[in-house]
Amino acid sequence: MSAEAYRVRGPSAIGGDPRRFWNLARTLAATDWKVRFYGSALGYLWSLLRPLLLFGIVYFVFSRVVDAGAGVPHYGVILLLAMILFFFFSEVTAGGVTAMVDRESLLRKVGFPRAVVPLAVALVAAMNLALNLVVLAVFVVASGVSPRWSWLVLPVPFALMLVFATGVALLLSALYVRYRDVRPIWEVVLQALFYATPILYPIQAVIGHSQTLATIALLNPIAALVQESRHLLVGGMSLGEAMGSSALVAVPLAIGVAVTWLGVLVFDRMAPRAAEEL
Amino acid sequence: MSRAPADDVAVRVDGVSKTFRLPREQLSTLKERALHATRRQRFDPLLALRGVSFEVRTGEVFGIVGRNGSGKSTLMKCLAGIYQTDAGEMWLRGRMAPFIELGVGFNPDLTAHDNVLINAVMLGLEPEQARERYSSIMDFAELHEFAELKLKNYSSGMQVRLAFSVMVHVDADVLLIDEVLAVGDAAFQQKCYDVLSRSRDEGRTILLVTHDMGQVQRFCDRALLLDRGRMVAVDDSRTIARKYMQLNFAAPAQRESIVLAETARSGDAGAGASADSAVVVDAWAQNLAGRTTLLEPGEAMGMAMRVRFAAAIVEPVFAFLLTDEHRRPVLAVTTERSELATGSHAAGDELDVAVGFRNRLAAGRYWISVQVTLPGPDPDLVAFREDVSSSDVSGTGGGGGVVDLPHTFELTPAPSMQKADW
Repeated sequence: MSAEAYRVRGPSAIGGDPRRFWNLARTLAATDWKVRFYGSALGYLWSLLRPLLLFGIVYFVFSRVVDAGAGVPHYGVILLLAMILFFFFSEVTAGGVTAMVDRESLLRKVGFPRAVVPLAVALVAAMNLALNLVVLAVFVVASGVSPRWSWLVLPVPFALMLVFATGVALLLSALYVRYRDVRPIWEVVLQALFYATPILYPIQAVIGHSQTLATIALLNPIAALVQESRHLLVGGMSLGEAMGSSALVAVPLAIGVAVTWLGVLVFDRMAPRAAEEL
Repeated sequence: MSRAPADDVAVRVDGVSKTFRLPREQLSTLKERALHATRRQRFDPLLALRGVSFEVRTGEVFGIVGRNGSGKSTLMKCLAGIYQTDAGEMWLRGRMAPFIELGVGFNPDLTAHDNVLINAVMLGLEPEQARERYSSIMDFAELHEFAELKLKNYSSGMQVRLAFSVMVHVDADVLLIDEVLAVGDAAFQQKCYDVLSRSRDEGRTILLVTHDMGQVQRFCDRALLLDRGRMVAVDDSRTIARKYMQLNFAAPAQRESIVLAETARSGDAGAGASADSAVVVDAWAQNLAGRTTLLEPGEAMGMAMRVRFAAAIVEPVFAFLLTDEHRRPVLAVTTERSELATGSHAAGDELDVAVGFRNRLAAGRYWISVQVTLPGPDPDLVAFREDVSSSDVSGTGGGGGVVDLPHTFELTPAPSMQKADW
């Protein structure tokens, strides 16, 4: 036999074969994606139709009925952008919490790099995000936002959001294997984060109240990314301006990096024992 | 320290140990943790595998047998990269496909089609290859018409068929199969056998966990017997099957001694296959005056042996066999049939065992054979010595009989024939 003998190293988070890792993650994500609309008559069309209808309602309510924007230009569009980003974060992390437990039968029967599981959740959410952004484009055009060069930079905060959300998902999925309280706690935390993030209200409303409060609110990496994305999409205050100092931008970035790193570390420690602790 | 296995070895397991930590009380919520913050959660260690070592050659079918909880599945899961081992190392040559707990981890909410694709990729195929082979996987499982049915609507037999079919289609070099052939109908079982035989002929290596000793003997070249995480023996499949039966039917108290005897034996394997856990040092005939080779008819006599234990042993069975000069058995006695408790003995102990009776033997020469066995319906020989001692019984002979039992003659006239009643 020609094959080289190799040592069985036991389960790990990433494994030694990036190609296999990617194959697994995308296969899992593809089937997850498929099962989401299984049995519905319109199938994949829903993945576009649903956000279109939902965003339409939000857009109508907040920019025509309730004038929450208080004179902020294109309020409906930036509200949608913020919601899309937050729901992406929420989908990745809430899905991440139960991901390992949901895939128990696979984890207990096949040896494969464990991080594939939460990563597949992130990939599915990323596909959803991409479709939502397509729908958003419809609203951007409809509300007459003129194209900007800064749109070319938009993928950067989106990518950072993906990385951060995945890091949090890794952390939560690892913790949930051992502590089942993580799930209800995270539901509450997500709710709190939703209101702590300037989504339904513009950051200007907070600044008008207290600059310190606005700065504190923007230390939250999600809020920071949302604010910067808004700025890149329609102009208005950049993150640095909203925080009162460009140097302060480093703080939410550092928090984001730290949390992501923590997620990777915790997951990496848990991965080898995941199958026996499930 | 880590040496790669020889070229013809497909699987090497070297001193592998695995301990599970079983929480003594479940403190899985934060509230419980907070309430018991000062108390460190305590765990009971469960030694699932203790220093297991063996090698499987390429193309070999290797059985892994043992009673429930002996560590078979844990061993498979360690090899499959599902569990992390605590000590030792494992080597594999070529790609490995596991078939554990009757499946390859299907998702009940997905269709057979999607599950097949996921699992084929999990087991190492490229997604494109998985799609190419999908059809032959469904053909083999004979489930084409149920391809779009969700797995939760499959019967367990159908799921096993599908899983097995995936496993044999991923071109693995080493197959780890845990209890597959127990399920499914006879026709599919035969199909499994056929495909496994073919895989073996193609040079694949198969590790098969099973409870079915018939399967082991028919199908495996060699096998490993595990008991509570310990390696009892690695041997040809027939021998292992016999030892497994012996272990399985032994009373709980006796199992330990079997295991110890076997581990001692396999531990000494270098010293020769007959390295036993006990040695009969001597055996002799005796009368009231002591050891003798000349016995008087009718006197109290006995047979005795001196045994030295090389390993700890519990309730060994001692047996004596007396044969005459034509090697005909005259008397066979065992402590087991006498229901005599023989106790536990440590390595290095020496024990004299004697059985006494009145000499009713016919004159002639007799031979004593002795053996020490482990208890059970199919006792394993620990020590045996044939014709270790000869003794002569004096006298003028028993008139050709084997024994000279006490006897009296009676002569009485036959009752006279009465008139027939009829």
